[in-house]
This record gives sequence, structure tokens and C-alpha cells, in this order.
Amino acid sequence: MSSWDRFTDTFFNAKVMAKYWPDILYGVGVTVELAVLIVVSGLLAGLALALIRALAIRPLNWLIIFIVDLFRSLPPLVIIVLIYFGLPAADISPSGFVSTWLSLALVLMAFAEEIFWAGITSIPKGQWEAARSTGLGFGQTLTNVILPQALRLTIPPLTNRTIAITKGTALGTVVAVSEILGMASSAMSNSYNPSPLMMGAAAYLVLFLPVVVAGRWIEKKFAWKR
Amino acid sequence: MIQSFFNPEIIVAAMPIVLAGLFNTILLSLIVVPLGLAGGLVLAMLASVKSPLVRWPLMAWVDFFRAFPPLVLLVLLFAGLPFAGLELGGFACVAIAFFLNTGSYYGEILRAGIDSVPHGQVEAARSTGLSGLQAMGYIVLPQAVRNVLPDLLSNTLEVVKLTSLGSVVAVPELLYQARQAQSITYNPTPIVMAAVIYFLILWPLVRLLSRLENRALAGRG
Repeated sequence: MSSWDRFTDTFFNAKVMAKYWPDILYGVGVTVELAVLIVVSGLLAGLALALIRALAIRPLNWLIIFIVDLFRSLPPLVIIVLIYFGLPAADISPSGFVSTWLSLALVLMAFAEEIFWAGITSIPKGQWEAARSTGLGFGQTLTNVILPQALRLTIPPLTNRTIAITKGTALGTVVAVSEILGMASSAMSNSYNPSPLMMGAAAYLVLFLPVVVAGRWIEKKFAWKR
Repeated sequence: MIQSFFNPEIIVAAMPIVLAGLFNTILLSLIVVPLGLAGGLVLAMLASVKSPLVRWPLMAWVDFFRAFPPLVLLVLLFAGLPFAGLELGGFACVAIAFFLNTGSYYGEILRAGIDSVPHGQVEAARSTGLSGLQAMGYIVLPQAVRNVLPDLLSNTLEVVKLTSLGSVVAVPELLYQARQAQSITYNPTPIVMAAVIYFLILWPLVRLLSRLENRALAGRG
């Protein structure tokens, strides 16, 4: 056997791949499910916090700033481990899936709040005053005048951050979530062959490469005018 | 509640273990951040070469490593390479994986910074007799770095947080040590300690960033 054959036999073994591709596909399903849940709940929670902050109630704002700083400072894996291995001591035992979802959603919430808030504060105060003087209420001003302008500004930084955090779903493997990396790792130890890991890596590229390229495009399209 | 999350006896007992981890986290960061910056600088400078023979492979390289979750890259190096007869330690795997990952991020940031410096500056510098590299080093880069400083700091924060992934490949950094202490004591207090330490170290940076970012976005409205 030539060394090239040995290489393909080890890393791209057809028999192993044929046996384990359904496992990897199942992992892709779990990763996508987890990612969608994180993006939807994280962005909504972040927007909600930014809107509450716009009410300018001091003690509430301090609390929001603290929560945001907390989840920006802690590594996501530390939060996952804390929830999964720590909470059972308080008689709450979330599954690995829930722990990963909750952790990454909190992290995305924190980053999203910062970005939404920066977007809202970037709109000149005169716009608020003009809208209010035409008889619009606080809520109407926010949703009809401020947010449509603010959200456009937030799209590029928000896209990049969301992509980066969604890639964190791979961390779920540490707390036994059967997402792509988890399925690939266990298939690798069952078959004693790294081909499943190569399939997993390929699956990540198929999932995330289009997202990264789309992110690049969105960044250009919504770029700030200098 | 106090007994399981802030147990004083366990805090005292676990402190040396956790602090040893902190030392390794700092060491790891001091290796990975300069490596990533250097790699990013090379990528960013290559990006100013207009030839498609350089441009396209470069873009593919950067997008490839930005699409790849760092943990997957790490596991690939740590668990996959031994099958090819190459066994690197956990520490080396972390350094290589994060060099590839964060180098691409730093590269994108620095490229944006270099793009933000008007081209006339390079022409002016060249016309005074500076070489291309001198113009880059003395004229373009200092301004480029200034323009993207918030992004550079933000990425550095992410890199330091990323070192916690080392725990997966048994690098005895902060999170790994805390989990060891947790499994010895059957008590999650050490993990809470690790979280508090991360927060105390990184909070000042987060505060600073929050100010810089707010100013940057507000200035563009």
C-alpha cells in the first residue's frame, strides 16, 4: 500500500464513512436546531433588554449593564460547565442541550444588547423630540422612528457576532450534547478511525462557510457611510 | 446554597489548584495573542497585493478558518493527527489551532484598518523615498491600528476567553484546574471560583470596550 493509500484509508475510509454518515447527519440536525434556538432567543432577549434600557430607569439600567458585562467577560464554556455541573447542586439538573442553549443564548443576549443599545443611542436626540412633538407616544416613537434607523446600523456587527456565537454549539460536546462534534468524536472512538471526524469537519464547513460568506456580503451592503 | 457554591473551606483548599490554572491561562494567552497578531499582520499585508493569485487563496484561507469552530479545529489536531503518526501535546495543539483561528480574525480586522488609511498616504511616503515596507511600517500601520483598536481589543478578549477550550484537551488552564478541584471535592465551588476570576480579570477590558464601541457606532449615525 502506498503512503497516499494509507493516508486515505485512515482519514477517508469509505467503509467507516458509509457506516457512520447517518450519525453525523443526526448531529447536523441537532446543531441546526440548537443554533436556531440560540439565535432567536438570544437576539430577542438582547433587543428586549435594550428596549428596557431605553426607558432610563436607573437601578434597572445598572442591573442590565452588570448582566451584559458579566456574560461578555465569562468564557462560554465556563458558563456551560457552571450550569451543567453546578446547578445540580441546587437540585436543578438541566440537560446538556438545555445548558448549551441557555449559556450561548445568554452570551448572545449580552452582545446583542450592547449592539442594539449603541444603535439606539446613535440616533440624534432631535429625532426623539421631533417625533414626540408630532404627538407620537414613547412607544410609537421607538418603534416607528428610532428602531427602523437604529436596526440598520446594527446589522453588520450583529451578523458577525451571531455567527461567532453560533459556532459555539460545538462546545455542547463537552456536556454530552449529540451535535456534530459529539457524534463525530464518539464514532471516532467506536471505529478507532478519524474518518468520522473528517466528515464532521466537512459538515461544519458546509454549514458555516455559506454563513461566513453571506456575512461578508451583508457587511459590505450595510456598511457605514464614512 | 452557600455550602455548595461558595463553600469557604473548599475555597481555601482549592485556591492553589485554581491559581496554578490561572497562571497557565495567562501563559497561554501570552503565547496565542502575539502569535495570532503576527499571523494576522502577514495576512493583512498580503491582502494589499492586488494579484488574484494571492487574493483568492487568501480569502479562502481566512473564510475557511472563520467558518471552522475553534473547538473542532482543536479536536482535529489533538485526536486526528495522531492517526497520521504526529502526536502533539495539548498545549501545542491549542497554540496551533488558535493561531490559525484568531490569526484569520486579526487578519480581517487589520485589513479593514489598512483599507481605512487613504492611499495618498502611501504615495506620499513612497515619493519621499521610503520603501514599500517602510511606508507600511511607519506610515500606514500606526494609523490603521489606531482606527481599528476597539476591534483588536475585542478580539483579544475573545482569544483570552477561548483559552478555556484548552480544558478539553487536558491543558491545565483555569477551567481545567477548576474542574479537577470540583471532581476531587464533589462541590461546584471551584468552578464558581474560576468564573469569578475570569470576570475580575476581563471586566475592566469589557468596560473599556463598551465605551469605545458605543463611541464608534454613535459617531457614525
